[in-house]
Amino acid sequence: MDLDKCIACGACSDKCPKRIPNEYNEGLDKRKAAYVRYAQAVPLKYGIDAENCIYFQKGKCKACQKFCPTGAVNYDQQEEVRDIKVGSVIISAGFKPFDPTPYVQYSYANFPNVVTALEFERILAASGPWMGHLVRPSDEAEPKKIAWIQCVGSREVNTCDHPYCSAVCCMYAIKEAVIAKEHSHTDLDAAIFFMDMRTFGKDFERYYEGAQEDGVRFIRSRIHSISELEDRSLQIEYATEDGQARMETFDMVVLSQGLETAPETIELCQKLDINLSPGKFISTSCFEPVTTSRPGVYVCGALAGPKDIPLSVMEASAAACAAAGKLSSARGSLAQEQEFPEERPVAGDIPRVGVFVCSCGINIAGVVDVEAVAEYAKTLPYVTYVRNNLFSCSQDTQDKMAEVIAEEGLNRVVVAACTPRTHEPLFQETLVNAGLNKYLFEMANIRNQDSWVHSGDPAAATEKAKDLIRMAVAKAALLAPLQEVQLEVTPGALIIGGGVSGMNAALNLAAQGYTSHLVERDNALGGNARSLRVTAQNQPIAPYLDELRERIEAEPLITVHLNTTLKEGEGFVGNFKTTLAGDSGEEVVEHGVTLICTGAGEYKPNEYLYGQDPRVMTHLEIDQAVLGGELDLSEVNKAVFIQCVGSRDPERPYCSKVCCTHSVESALAIKEANPEAQVVILYRDIRTFGERELLYKEARSKGVLFVRYDLEHKPEVKATDDGLLVTVRDHVLDRDLLIEADLIGLATAIVSNRSNDLAQMFKIPMDSDGWFLEAHQKLRPVDFATDGVFMAGLAHYPKPLEEAVAQAQAAVARAVTVLSSKEMMLPGTVAFIDQRKCVGCGVCWTVCPYQAITQDDKGLAVVNEALCKGCGTCVASCRSGAPNLRGFTNQGVMAQIMAL
Amino acid sequence: MAKAKQVTGAVMVVGGGIAGMQSALDLANSGYYVYLVEKSPAIGGVMSQLDKTFPTNDCAM
Repeated sequence: MDLDKCIACGACSDKCPKRIPNEYNEGLDKRKAAYVRYAQAVPLKYGIDAENCIYFQKGKCKACQKFCPTGAVNYDQQEEVRDIKVGSVIISAGFKPFDPTPYVQYSYANFPNVVTALEFERILAASGPWMGHLVRPSDEAEPKKIAWIQCVGSREVNTCDHPYCSAVCCMYAIKEAVIAKEHSHTDLDAAIFFMDMRTFGKDFERYYEGAQEDGVRFIRSRIHSISELEDRSLQIEYATEDGQARMETFDMVVLSQGLETAPETIELCQKLDINLSPGKFISTSCFEPVTTSRPGVYVCGALAGPKDIPLSVMEASAAACAAAGKLSSARGSLAQEQEFPEERPVAGDIPRVGVFVCSCGINIAGVVDVEAVAEYAKTLPYVTYVRNNLFSCSQDTQDKMAEVIAEEGLNRVVVAACTPRTHEPLFQETLVNAGLNKYLFEMANIRNQDSWVHSGDPAAATEKAKDLIRMAVAKAALLAPLQEVQLEVTPGALIIGGGVSGMNAALNLAAQGYTSHLVERDNALGGNARSLRVTAQNQPIAPYLDELRERIEAEPLITVHLNTTLKEGEGFVGNFKTTLAGDSGEEVVEHGVTLICTGAGEYKPNEYLYGQDPRVMTHLEIDQAVLGGELDLSEVNKAVFIQCVGSRDPERPYCSKVCCTHSVESALAIKEANPEAQVVILYRDIRTFGERELLYKEARSKGVLFVRYDLEHKPEVKATDDGLLVTVRDHVLDRDLLIEADLIGLATAIVSNRSNDLAQMFKIPMDSDGWFLEAHQKLRPVDFATDGVFMAGLAHYPKPLEEAVAQAQAAVARAVTVLSSKEMMLPGTVAFIDQRKCVGCGVCWTVCPYQAITQDDKGLAVVNEALCKGCGTCVASCRSGAPNLRGFTNQGVMAQIMAL
Repeated sequence: MAKAKQVTGAVMVVGGGIAGMQSALDLANSGYYVYLVEKSPAIGGVMSQLDKTFPTNDCAM
């Protein structure tokens, strides 16, 4: 397929006679041999699957070539081999969903109503095989009962060699159950069969609780087998926690398949001489979480260990930071800014509107009479030129349009075609290439909003196209050229917080050539990590901190401010000004970006005799005592760890994520120092996610005892003459256990510092648990909605050290996208205030979601164009009509409405 | 003075799922040339096959 010619009209696919299983829908329906992977695919270009194409296999057919309107089909294309030279490599080859066929007891291959979780995603999706209707595959009947089975291909070494936890399946199973209940027309009974519920991320525990409230059943169990009944329903035999055998019938079973590395990816890593972990993921150190064993090669995402989307995105930015670190001297040497002709002034000129009516092949012209529409457009006020294009978006048409704009002296352009969401930037670039301001452009969507939805009524569709164009022309005539706000960028950063995140951020910024001010309120760098003994990989942390401190001291680009707090701050992206208050008085620093690395604290409990008996200690206190030599683990004979102290309770309904692993690590350290010691961990769910599961397994094999308790029956701790005594209800035996202890470790929650001042100073939101709220939980995990402010570490949410390091690198990568431009252009579509109409009532600055409007010294509203995102909320809210939005003025919008 | 080593201001990203796309964007937006290599005909990876995402129930597409 010639990608420059393909306009994704779909004719090739429509005419292709060959149907094969559609891998995008996990084989639940068919696709053609000429196909696009999915409707929103990027690049949106069709391709021919040569292995299944009748022409390639049998030498005749060529239907796609015959019907392609642009001559894009080319059967002679050959595979090309290209040598490229790069400074570094990032491997982000991802994972392969585990194929559950080897589990004979689940009969995935034989029972049609046993599906994988990814198949179920496709069943739920509107773009799926049944257009989002919840049906089961065998008879397309709507299921009334669905079961999810967890840990299929995870935490299991007999059926598959996957000793790790896949870290995402608990979450997606709950999500699928909740969404399935929403989709279902009946009161769907959704049940999740699980071992430990591992909802350890930000807001995950709340979602889990919400699902329970919604009636999703969670059954702690081990599955024995699935058998199929005559009506193709499925009977699950399972054992409950207390060892009883049970049976239940479902209409459908979803297998929560784990993640694994694809064999071809393993081969690639071996070829590149990159070390793999026991679980066959790329192995990395907790201190360098995106660095592989091969210098210059970095990794991110699920290939570096099973993980979810936010963490993958975080690591992706981190890998970008690490990969760029050694290349900064060559920044901008290969990637170049585009250059454009000078802009033609149009102010004061009578509007000369050019209208381009697109046929979009037959997409529009097959329904709408484009000739008639074009003729009609010529009659509209200010229209001086009209042209019908077969495909407006093709490169040759773009060139032609630029020529016409210049020749005809057009000063406003309307394109009646598809959606501005995908094509507005393209046409705006054409305007710029023709020397016109890009905001002198308007689109009328006569495809998605017309020919596609009114295909059965061509006459009405043609009239609607005329209406849409008349509206667009009416608005276009009123358009004014807009100037984009140009901002100079101060090429330095302010990093607030000198813990592991802040220190790594400073060093990574320096590696890329940027200065930073590293501000720490304490008298030393290191933060919470100073109280931590080892990482999840058993690497000692103290020497690592020493190394970081030495590197920071030796780095001229980093200025450290100890015993320093923030007094006040002002400014916006590229131009912040912050006053620091320290030992030597106040200092004002200017910075282009701000990194929030303020960390978090440890919950101090008032239960389990904490604070009353010195043998009851928190995790950090135990680590500190061991590091300081006050506690000798070889002298510990009976240790009990109590999990979820202050986490997952009504006051703090979140999981602190690190404590299960910490207790297991400490238990292993005690067993190492004194193999005879009795170590018991009292837990609610063991959440050793990812390859931490191997630690949990090791602890059990070394004799560490795990006893589950629930929130209704919390353990009790008593001090007796002989020592400490812990009472806990055992679910397997259903009776109280009495456990003696000479050390009790409390896995206490990580709690927010609740830095309200900081939140106000940098206009960044905080959630109800006190964690700073990112711009988007999935896709922008280190950004804020406020441009130029980023975060890393515990201030975002509890996390282990390696994630804090990755997040610091990610924040740097994001910050460098700002710092690397000497100046930045902000969109011209921003609000402005007509102060003659403003009464200073304050409604606009109250409703503005970006804090872009403030009061000037006369008490009137004024817009900071650098902060405004052009949402128009102020315009809609003002009773005096003082605010207006450039590019979407009230006059323009009214003209559109009046034209209808 | 040590001679500065010649480096190439380009990065190859292998895999065009959500992680690869983010790496590529961050690098390109910081002034590096990126070769984004993907074996399937479209970028997007497994995330493009998901319906909604946890815990916000946002559309994955």
